Amino acid sequence: MQKRAKFGIGIGIIVASLACLAWMGYGESKTYYHTIAELQVLQGDALKQRMRVGGTVAPGSIHRLSGRVDFVLDGEGKSLPVSYIGSDPLPDTFIDKAQALVEGRPATDGRFVAEHVQAKCASKYEAAPGGNATAATSSTQPSSR
Amino acid sequence: MDVFGSFALLLAFVCAAYALVGGIFAIRTRHPLLIKSTRQAGIATCGLIFLATFSLFYLFFSDNFSVAYVAGHSNRDLSSFYKVAALWSGQEGSLLFWSFLLSIYVFSVLIAYRNKNGELMPYVGVVLAGVQIFFLTLNNFIASPFKALGVPAANGAMDLVTRGDGNGLNPLLQYPEMVIHPPNLYSGYTGFTIPFAFALAALLARYPGEKWIHLTRKWTMIAWCFQSAGILLGAHWAYAVLGWGGYWGWDPVENASLLPWLTGTAFLHSVMMQEKRGMMKVWNVWLVFCTFLLCILGTFLTRSGVVSSVHAFAQSNIGPWFVGFLIAIMLVCLGAYWKNRDYLASENQLDSVVSRESSFLFNNLILLVSCIAVVSGTLFPVFSEWITSNRISVGPPFFNKVMIPIGLLLLFLTGVGPLLAWGKTSTESLKRNFGWPLAIGLLAGGVLFVLGVRDFYALICFILCVFVALTILMEFYRGAKVIRSRGGASLVESAFELTMRNTRRYGGYIVHMGMVFIFIGLAGAAFNRDVQKEMQLGSVLQIGPYELHLQGLDTKAEKNYTADRLIVEVIKDGKPLMMLYPERRNFPANQENGTMVAIASSAKHDLYVVYAGQSPESQQPVIHAYLNPLVKWIWFGGMIVVFGTLVALLPNRRSVLVLAGVPQAAPAGSMPQTMTAAPILKEGHD
Repeated sequence: MQKRAKFGIGIGIIVASLACLAWMGYGESKTYYHTIAELQVLQGDALKQRMRVGGTVAPGSIHRLSGRVDFVLDGEGKSLPVSYIGSDPLPDTFIDKAQALVEGRPATDGRFVAEHVQAKCASKYEAAPGGNATAATSSTQPSSR
Repeated sequence: MDVFGSFALLLAFVCAAYALVGGIFAIRTRHPLLIKSTRQAGIATCGLIFLATFSLFYLFFSDNFSVAYVAGHSNRDLSSFYKVAALWSGQEGSLLFWSFLLSIYVFSVLIAYRNKNGELMPYVGVVLAGVQIFFLTLNNFIASPFKALGVPAANGAMDLVTRGDGNGLNPLLQYPEMVIHPPNLYSGYTGFTIPFAFALAALLARYPGEKWIHLTRKWTMIAWCFQSAGILLGAHWAYAVLGWGGYWGWDPVENASLLPWLTGTAFLHSVMMQEKRGMMKVWNVWLVFCTFLLCILGTFLTRSGVVSSVHAFAQSNIGPWFVGFLIAIMLVCLGAYWKNRDYLASENQLDSVVSRESSFLFNNLILLVSCIAVVSGTLFPVFSEWITSNRISVGPPFFNKVMIPIGLLLLFLTGVGPLLAWGKTSTESLKRNFGWPLAIGLLAGGVLFVLGVRDFYALICFILCVFVALTILMEFYRGAKVIRSRGGASLVESAFELTMRNTRRYGGYIVHMGMVFIFIGLAGAAFNRDVQKEMQLGSVLQIGPYELHLQGLDTKAEKNYTADRLIVEVIKDGKPLMMLYPERRNFPANQENGTMVAIASSAKHDLYVVYAGQSPESQQPVIHAYLNPLVKWIWFGGMIVVFGTLVALLPNRRSVLVLAGVPQAAPAGSMPQTMTAAPILKEGHD
């Protein structure tokens, strides 16, 4: 019984400390997914969360400005103005009518401030087999997603 | 040829159905002719899948753009090399490729064991046919690669009947690794079907445990070897092609490939507990079941995009089929286990916390916990949506926080485990085996600290790497010394002889050594640096000891693409070192761009230069340069891992075992095969 107790304690310590680390990592990196329509009815603390929003890049809406790129995402009949402020060049697949996934936080003026952008040309490719999901998409910085 | 291919697939489905249903009857009736005919149906299924796959290859090589799949994934200018890769670049083709690779395994098993293990093989045949039927259902009815172009498809894009040229292959896939990475990874995924089939069959047939473990050992190692190579090739591809300076981003698809590797690794270790001590039988069976389930889950995650496709990206129609299949496997496994659980009773109990058994137990526990962490992190969006109706994802910080300590714990066990004795280890033996390696490891850590290495995890990792490498080298040295004292051969020759006498054990050590190299490389990531700069002709970017001078831009027209190249001169300490040519490639067939990173790699670090695009304001080229220490060690370690696995697959030199223990000194210079083994080598340790 004593042996079992030793094993139990050893295993318990390992699992508990890993669970603790997992909880910290979760808190640091959790990102909420919202549709454009959902985003517009969010209130209070929910607006301060880090989130991902997907949609289609509205044709002609991409404006490259100093230090940021503005564009509009369309989805479910609603549209969302986005400002990309990341330092990396936008992916090659980021063009009019591309499907895009932006990650960041909503600003108080109704714009969405994106730090990362993933984009995929409309249904041109399948995902890469067994490889990396980014094979189907290109993103500004997969390392920090 | 497309009709031929789809007919072959249909016939394969019929044969597999016969192998399954006939096989069940054969098990019940034990009729020898029925057993034989179902086995032959299994072999025929494989042959027909081979034919279907070759006909798809033929369609690609003959530029037959009347087939939707070919038109969607190839074009005339695509080189033959990449036409091979085009076969598995899309959903339909890669599912057929799954069937194809599985068929190679099934075919080998059915042929190799046709006159052996009579009680077990009919069960194995039934399980294998069941798995094949699932994939043939997808190949035939859900995602056929032979659909003609012009048949109205669901997405409405295929209204053209004749096409002069195809859409071309995704530029990201036009890279040499993409030709070898998916076959490796898929060979890993499919390969785990064999141990699964044997485990389930043994459970159903109540076949002796050590026999099925013995039968599947090689198959598991082959699958594991492919899986390891596949994961590393994928990482190298991501590193060289995606241009973000890293090789692992905890992407759902990457994680999917890691999961079966984790449980497969646990299984490779815990089988030794069953072989030596008759313990962990239930655990082993469930590890194999889980590994196979994770292979299917991995294929599902890769193919269906259930995690990465969140809201924005279209989901595939194969998802429900995979979920159904996963549930079906789980029910069959649970049923088989519940019915025959008494057959899995353990023969021994753990004796001591400091023993080989407990190190295996902890190794398994940690691998399992890491697997659970990766599964939960990967599927977090799916689970969180079920539970809270909010879709939440977790990113690299979550995985790194959990997986780095886990990796270090595993590394520690890699050094400690193999040297602990079965049963109980004395304090004296602990001191003898670990005293020096630990002391030198700590000394190395101290030196690194003085040299400025301050990252906690990296420092621990380096200390452990030195410690583990020394324990492994000491094992080789001790064994080789004994052989040398008897035969007079050189130390290197003796070490070779030692390895050949017990390939499994020493091959395993070589694999461990490879893992040490990989960990050294991974620890290097703590010191990555990067600089991004808008460059004019003649301007300089400084990173670490290097100066990058932009000398010019040019355009290079190739058959399938046009490349915009930056001509970058690298200068170190005022002396010109080399030229680098980072590229951006434009593929006219699909109007897509691709990046070709320029990497100057050395054992110390990689200088990784990306032509990141043009600045939106000035239209000047932007260079993103990274200095990534020790990355090369990862790829080198990967090669050692594969080499070690191959060594472990070799048969032992058996003559030695016969002669073992005979006290007879061989004359100097005699052939190593004639040498007698020292008693120390006679112990059956793995």
